[in-house]
Parts: sequence; C-alpha cells; structure tokens
Amino acid sequence: MADDPLFGIHGKALALRSQRMSILASNIANAATPGFKAKDFDFQKALDAASSKAAPVGTASAAESTMGYRVPLQPSLDGNTVELSTEQTLFAENALQYKTTLSFLQGRVSTVLSALKGE
Amino acid sequence: MANPNLSIFDIAGRAMSAQLVRLSTTASNMANANSVSGTKDGAFRALKPVFQTVGGEKAGTATVKVASVVASNTEPTQRHDPGNPLADKDGNVWEAGVDSAGELVEMMETARQYQNNVQVLQTAKSLTLDTLRMEK
Repeated sequence: MADDPLFGIHGKALALRSQRMSILASNIANAATPGFKAKDFDFQKALDAASSKAAPVGTASAAESTMGYRVPLQPSLDGNTVELSTEQTLFAENALQYKTTLSFLQGRVSTVLSALKGE
Repeated sequence: MANPNLSIFDIAGRAMSAQLVRLSTTASNMANANSVSGTKDGAFRALKPVFQTVGGEKAGTATVKVASVVASNTEPTQRHDPGNPLADKDGNVWEAGVDSAGELVEMMETARQYQNNVQVLQTAKSLTLDTLRMEK
C-alpha cells in the first residue's frame, strides 16, 4: 500500500492537496463568522504519515492527525482568526501545487499509455 | 450535521448564499435609511445577519449559514420636523436607526467576500475538470 507502483507518492499527494483545498475554502467561507478559528494541516507531516512504510494511514486520518489552528498575525476582537491575505495566498499556492502533482500523474499515465500502444 | 464531509462546492456555495443574505439586509437598511416614523418604537432599525459555522468538527471542513437576522441596537434619532405629516404632537419624528456609512462599508466587505468565494469555486472547478480529463 505504501508504494503504489504506478503513481508513487503522487496519488496520496493529490488526495492531500484536495483535502487541504477544502480546509482552506472553509477558512475563506468563514471569513466573517465571529469566533471561527482558522484551521490547516502540515502537508509535509501528513504526507509522511500517509506514505510511511511502517504504519501507513489513510489520507483523511493523516490530515486529521496533523491538523492545527492558525496563529493570527493580528487577532481580531470578534475572535475570528481568518486573515484573508494569508488564506488566499495559501489557497493559490495549494492550487498550483495540486496542478503540479496532477501533471506528474499525467506524465505517469501517458508513459504507461505509450508503452501500451507501442508507438 | 448529518453529513460531515462537505465538498468544496458546498462550502463555497453556502458561504455565497450567506453573503447574499448579508447583502440583502444591507440593501434594506440602505433603502430605509431615510425613513421616518411618528414613534420611537415604529422607527426602522438596521437588520443584521448572525453568521454561524456549520460542520467543522470532523476533518476540518466547515461552511457558514445565517442563523438568524436580528434588529441592531442602533437607536433611532429624534428630529424636530413639525411640517412632517408623521410628526407627533410635539412636532418630532424618529429617523431610522441606520448607520449609512457603516452599511456602505459592510456592502463593500460583503462584495469582496462573495468574490473570494466565487474565486474559490472557479479554482476548484477548473482543478476538478483538469483531474477528470487527466489522460489528455
């Protein structure tokens, strides 16, 4: 399970990227909710947990176990810790990294396809 | 919540609905900003939506809903205007308790946050489509 022969680490990375996108979207959606605490997870640690050879866990629980609350740069009076500049930057970065992972996967798929077709 | 796993389209879509409710309250506040009444109780008071997080216990995904719309505690202002047909026996009318400048600021903020959610939705949509058409 730990080593997917075709997709390698990229399959899990894509699942985690997609999960992180949902969490960042939740933060952006709650930008105006009083008392909402922005969350995020450590992608590197989650990927390590999901792809560890000794005890691999599912991507959902890997993300959950590395989840934490965002420390705001400037706390607001209503208890909301969403800072749009931070969340938007991370969302854009994560979307780009999702696309990068996707193009790695595309490379693998097209390699196998060209091998199958024998062209 | 029955379903703790919210998709990104649920999250952004419901946040957009909540922001639209907020925009509607701002619109009605602005529309009523100059209305007057013969009594203090009859005067219009600004409406404010109360936002509440939906979900969020599991997996960290959460969206937002409008829990209720309440009347704000901005006091109506009394103005002496004997010529007004609505004036009371002392010639006073009560102007709606609406902070027009504050409402304008709120409108801008609502529009920006709505746009943010639209952007999230567009990004998620294009990434999903890219994933679906992976072999090309």
